[in-house]
Amino acid sequence: MSTDGSRLTMSRKPSFNPFAASAPATPSTPPALSEKRDMSRRPSTSKATRITSFFSTSPKPKPEPQTAASALLAAAKQQSSQLTSPSHISSPSLSLPTIFLSTAQADTANEDEPPTTLFQPPSPAETRRIARQQAQFGPLGHQSHRYTSRHAGGLFPEPIIEDPPYYYLITTYISYLILIIFGHVRDFFGKRFRQHEYSHLQERNGFAPLNSDFDNFYVRRLQLRINDCFARPTTGVPGRFITLCDRVSHDGNQTFKPTGTTTETLNMSSYNYLGFAQSEGPCADAVEETVKRCGLGMASPRGDAGTSELHNEVEDLIARFVGKESSMVFSMGFGTNASAFSALVGKGCLVISDELNHASIRFGLRLSGCMIEMFKHNDCKSLERKLREVISNGQPRTHRPWKKILVVVEGLYSMEGSMVNLPGILALKRKYRFNLFVDEAHSIGALGPNGRGVCDYFGVAPSEVDILMGTLTKSFGANGGYIAGDKALINKLRVTNAGTIYGESPAPAVLSQIASSLKIIIGELVPGQGEERLQRLAFNGRYLRLGLKRLGFIVYGNDDSPIIPLLLYNPAKIPAFSHEMLARKISVVVVGYPATPLVSSRARFCVSAAHTKDDLDRLLRACDSVGDILQLKFSSGIGGGALPLPEGVTPEMEKEWLRKEKEKGQEVMRQPPRWSLSEVIKKGVQDVKMPLR
Amino acid sequence: MDLQDAHGWLVDLLNEISVQFQKVPGSAIFLRYVKSSYQNDPVRSAVELFLFLFAVKYLLAPKYSTSKKSYVKLTDEEIDELVDEWVPEPLVAPQTAFEEAENEKRPVIVGPTGPKSKLANGRIVTNVASYNFYNLAGNESLKEKAIQTLRTYGVGPCGPPGFYGTQDVHQKTEADISAHLGTTACIVYAQAFSTISSVIPAFSKRGDIIVADKAVNFAIRKGMQISRSSIRWYEHNDMMDLQNVLASVVKEQAKKPLTRRFIITEGLFENVGDMVDLVKVVELRHRYKFRLILDETWSFGVLGRTGAGVTEHQGVSVKEVDMLVGSLAGPLCAGGGFCAGSSEIVEHQRLSASAYTFSAALPAMLATTASEVLAMLETNGEMLALVRENIKTMWAQLDPRSEWVHCTSAMENPIMILVLKAEVVASRKLSISEQEQLLQEMVDEALANGVMMTRLKSMPRGIHVTAKEVGWELQPGLKVCLTLGLTRKEVERTGTVIRHAITKVMKAKR
Ligand SMILES: Cc1ncc(COP(=O)(O)O)c(C=O)c1O
Repeated sequence: MSTDGSRLTMSRKPSFNPFAASAPATPSTPPALSEKRDMSRRPSTSKATRITSFFSTSPKPKPEPQTAASALLAAAKQQSSQLTSPSHISSPSLSLPTIFLSTAQADTANEDEPPTTLFQPPSPAETRRIARQQAQFGPLGHQSHRYTSRHAGGLFPEPIIEDPPYYYLITTYISYLILIIFGHVRDFFGKRFRQHEYSHLQERNGFAPLNSDFDNFYVRRLQLRINDCFARPTTGVPGRFITLCDRVSHDGNQTFKPTGTTTETLNMSSYNYLGFAQSEGPCADAVEETVKRCGLGMASPRGDAGTSELHNEVEDLIARFVGKESSMVFSMGFGTNASAFSALVGKGCLVISDELNHASIRFGLRLSGCMIEMFKHNDCKSLERKLREVISNGQPRTHRPWKKILVVVEGLYSMEGSMVNLPGILALKRKYRFNLFVDEAHSIGALGPNGRGVCDYFGVAPSEVDILMGTLTKSFGANGGYIAGDKALINKLRVTNAGTIYGESPAPAVLSQIASSLKIIIGELVPGQGEERLQRLAFNGRYLRLGLKRLGFIVYGNDDSPIIPLLLYNPAKIPAFSHEMLARKISVVVVGYPATPLVSSRARFCVSAAHTKDDLDRLLRACDSVGDILQLKFSSGIGGGALPLPEGVTPEMEKEWLRKEKEKGQEVMRQPPRWSLSEVIKKGVQDVKMPLR
Repeated sequence: MDLQDAHGWLVDLLNEISVQFQKVPGSAIFLRYVKSSYQNDPVRSAVELFLFLFAVKYLLAPKYSTSKKSYVKLTDEEIDELVDEWVPEPLVAPQTAFEEAENEKRPVIVGPTGPKSKLANGRIVTNVASYNFYNLAGNESLKEKAIQTLRTYGVGPCGPPGFYGTQDVHQKTEADISAHLGTTACIVYAQAFSTISSVIPAFSKRGDIIVADKAVNFAIRKGMQISRSSIRWYEHNDMMDLQNVLASVVKEQAKKPLTRRFIITEGLFENVGDMVDLVKVVELRHRYKFRLILDETWSFGVLGRTGAGVTEHQGVSVKEVDMLVGSLAGPLCAGGGFCAGSSEIVEHQRLSASAYTFSAALPAMLATTASEVLAMLETNGEMLALVRENIKTMWAQLDPRSEWVHCTSAMENPIMILVLKAEVVASRKLSISEQEQLLQEMVDEALANGVMMTRLKSMPRGIHVTAKEVGWELQPGLKVCLTLGLTRKEVERTGTVIRHAITKVMKAKR
């Protein structure tokens, strides 16, 4: 909302962003064009001046009339949108001017006309404001770009994990071999001729080296080469676009120097599923009001004097949202897991944990002192085998029965994009009577018709899961974690859990962000908007996934998951993909060993409700060309992306048709999908509404 | 006839084998070896043959894991039966009466926290329970800055630092902290409590040695537990004992390969309130070649001329501390924790400290608040002086004048920990839980008279852990936190209320 000159550089959008202004009838400007324009106009203020403007002792006063005028304008616009929008229930109780244009734009009868011309040509300030707002949250391009995230019924859709052709597997292994050999050769000579560079790995005046040579090898010889793809500093809101602070390295990625310039990129990296990372709109307004009213922090842990009315309100909201009696919030998701298990299990107890569970879960489990067993990722058969074995054998050595058995899974796995097989696990739970802990860090807000996580997605009563844990870092644009369960359980944990006794209490500002975003999702605040966010996220995830499959990429995960890993395999393609994407102004996360198995390096896209279909088309276009350059299209078609059916054959008839063709003697081979980009974009919107094939 | 055939066939076979054998490269050498060794020593050949066969058998044997030695094969029906019979304990035990009371009585603040806080029941009480020493929680200029940050960055960074979660404000805060302390680098974590638990295992691994003060706080203990290093304890703040332990470690390890060795202690102890003798620790650390991890969670922002902590207070160079861990969440009223040190130490953590690598970054608003408060501390030494005045006033009210409690905190510590005097505990034979009960009554009594203080709680023990396994246990106490938001008069009045509450409870229970 600010028009403060120094801060305007953050949004740096002198004109409408071509990606943001999405009128379905007019194709958006090709990215290359707009990027150039972007660059030429960028006032490259140095980072330092921007920061100092923050920390200068006297904040520049906001030009009041300007803000008021724009707020008025927005309010008026919203009103008009409510008049024209059938899905938008007017909310007289709402005093804050909401400035989301998405619903408004979507429903305007004349889609060729940008909505801003409803009143008057926008002033330059107004244009900037809208551009800035749309850089955080893109407007919905068309009503059809929505979908409801819900399990279609029937068996759990096991994602198909496709192996790459042998050629890529072998070259991947060879690449690592070469990297390792080179590393050792360089070490061999380096340690002899450039001893000072290796001094930190050797004994130094009686102190053992801080890092062992062996442990450090990976970092020194593999990670360092691609270090520029990680921890890229950013500024501003990590919304639909994210602004990177450019940097260069003159010493082989050992250190980086900021160049002082910034680049605005399409953000496919943040866990901003519902698009609540915003510096304006109802959430930010609520946060501002809370900071003014309640101050900055509680300066005390929850157990002492760190509990306020706001905490209780948020805990009630979360409990209601996830469908449990009670909940408690913490100031960090990692810390929530790290301290939760010690209050649940201990000596004589057994935890069976999915092999791909998050580091925080493993951290917490190790602290609890319980026995830990693993089962194969999301494999109910493996879990059942393990259960039968451990229950019948009892504790090791003494063979006493286990005091309790807790199964720990995640709702949505952040590196695989796979959802937990909840129906399968619950069936086992009924039979074997273990307790179940589900970490919904990524699934809360992101899955289910109401965004209430995996239980909602599968239509399961939340009471069937003993403990629902989640983080508030992702879908809600806030920070922290929660644990929800029965009242008795939560009350016990409140007094026995180290996180409540020692962990700092969440700040009022963060709580306010949680409360307001939750209220939007539930529909208590700005009715209609929460639903739009949920449905856009569901659509975007399916659309991008289907598009990538059709282009011929191997992607992992379930169809409705907003996390889409795209497999790269060869280690050299990790930095190459990241650089190619950055050159196309797209920020992506790339991961390799040790975060993934050695061979399956990948890029990971996280879609958001803030993305528009045009953004995803831009990404598909980029992937299409990068995929050709880097030879990444090697799917065989077993994972989906099948070619279109011939005229007259509907998806329901597909099986029948295949059978008939076979009878006719014409074996219809599954062809590797290599759709053309234009075909992908043309068919995408209607096809995501059907079962993906 | 038959026999002849068989014999002929056998001869053919042997011939064939010997021809094939000669063709194998190296067979001649092998034969010569066998012959010569047989001539010299037939027993040796037999032993070698035996060893060879054993090796073959060993290699071909099915793999077995040592953990399943007592594995009994059960039929499916038997397993089903066992499954049906198994009765798990409830997930958590029922609450005790004491715990129930704690949940019920936990104060709920309405609006901002401050020296005078409003509770949910409508009463306004004097708050000496929060670590709000400089009364910054409601500071207007800080709020203004926080809102500015909100309007540029939103609230959460929506990702871990490695994946686009590092914002320029985080880098600025890190630079500010290291400048304030005088270190070369610094890393900011998203929660103070989780910081040291991740810092320790990032450096100390299995086989390394940690020498730690017996009274260190819960988070340090958890970090040491995760590290799997071997742990040696020394008596709380006993430098003689520390020296003995260090000397004995060095002696024991003299013949073994050099491993990493660490001393871990706190600046101001969370569990006792007193201060470390850093000068002596640093001297010993050099003499015995140990690295020093110093937890300044309770001393950063408190001790020293500008609040730089115990190094500033005792005039020790910050370079003498390898890893200096502190909090931005307590008196700084922001959030998160940090570890400062050399850039080698800091960069290592960015890849291998779990709570940094696998958790979302700190909200930008909290980072800028921390930077702002540091700037205040640097320029505004008065703030620290005012708090110290109030501490003195409160000490005079409580420590020398109470026949029941005494204060174990250092004179500079705004967190005064008051424990029951040893003679009181001895004469009444008070157990730990009985002391907790009494202290809770004092807290309740003070609250009834308009003063909110809190207790120093026992460290949670974990499930099914017996008292014997716990080792050192803290003595429960009252926690009274001073703030500059109270005038001298108010501090005196608060002190009187607390003193009376203590006396009333102790007299009633005689
Ligand atoms: C499954 C899971 N649990 C917990 C966390 C930690 O959450 P936070 O980032 O809020 O600390 C994460 C974050 O990456 C996660 O993926």
